[in-house]
Amino acid sequence: MTTALLAELPALPLHEAGKYVAAAYVVLFAMVLVYVAIMAIRQSKLERDLAELLAREQRLAKGAGAAPATDASSERESTPA
Amino acid sequence: MYGKGLRALSISTVVVMAVALGLVFFWVPLEADQGFLQKIFYVHVPLAIVSLCGFVAGGIFAIQHLRTRDQKWDYRSYVAIHMSLIFGLATLITGSIWAKGSWGHWWEWSEPTLVSFLIVFLLYATYQPLRFAIEDPERQSRYASVFAITAGAFVPLNFIAVRSSTAFVHPRVLGATSNLPWQMSLTFLVSLLGMALLFTTLCKYELTVKHTRAQLRALKRLAERREGKATASLPARGRSAAPSLHATAMTAHAPEVRGR
Repeated sequence: MTTALLAELPALPLHEAGKYVAAAYVVLFAMVLVYVAIMAIRQSKLERDLAELLAREQRLAKGAGAAPATDASSERESTPA
Repeated sequence: MYGKGLRALSISTVVVMAVALGLVFFWVPLEADQGFLQKIFYVHVPLAIVSLCGFVAGGIFAIQHLRTRDQKWDYRSYVAIHMSLIFGLATLITGSIWAKGSWGHWWEWSEPTLVSFLIVFLLYATYQPLRFAIEDPERQSRYASVFAITAGAFVPLNFIAVRSSTAFVHPRVLGATSNLPWQMSLTFLVSLLGMALLFTTLCKYELTVKHTRAQLRALKRLAERREGKATASLPARGRSAAPSLHATAMTAHAPEVRGR
């Protein structure tokens, strides 16, 4: 279906201007891509920190012998995204 | 808090951007004078408009911050300006590419619209260093808000001044004398909507991640305090250009954590 749709679409009259138009749109999408990559790195750091905190809480719970392990997991769920 | 509705917003952004690209490349007629090169118009102008509106929005959030002293408004102002700077950089780059294709030069210093946008961009480029230069978070957010309001007021004034004294070198396709065909107008509006949605989505992402990080930090501190460790074991927030959300995070989640 995609191939049929692409075949129906008119050819782009690129000529001399094609490279400038392509460059302008590539700049925008490259910047968005870089931004999303930075956000993904931050997100993974957050996940690492959260896992570290969770592990510490679980260790404490085991040490105290009072709070079951499910408490820690419910805390993780209640942490806002 | 900030993540609410983020998924729907992201999907809408992708859909509108895809529709806009489809309209730009496969539907809207070629412009008689510039031909295919004019397609840059649908990315460059929405970027510029959204960027300038973001700067003004940063000023409005800053007014709210000074009125209410609520840190969340400083945060919103910071993120709006930060994102507008990124959009502004993209505007300058796409504008230069368009200028090269259309006029044969990457930059035209005698063109008031280009230079005025550069001035606005450079003005806001000092926002982050200003914040970074002030260590006390209270003073930092107060001074940054004053800056954001002053600079935010300068943006429309600058825009009006340039438009009323322009040498008619820069194309004027929007306004009372616009003779843009309806297909081009529609495509432009869809592109503008897509760009505005992209701006909002990225701002929301930024706010969500920063807020989550602040909350996690507050949780860590509380956990350390409960363990009886000295609070100094977690490094205090060092000098940063980003606003502090420490108080908000603590008040929002501290009782829940202490209760356990």
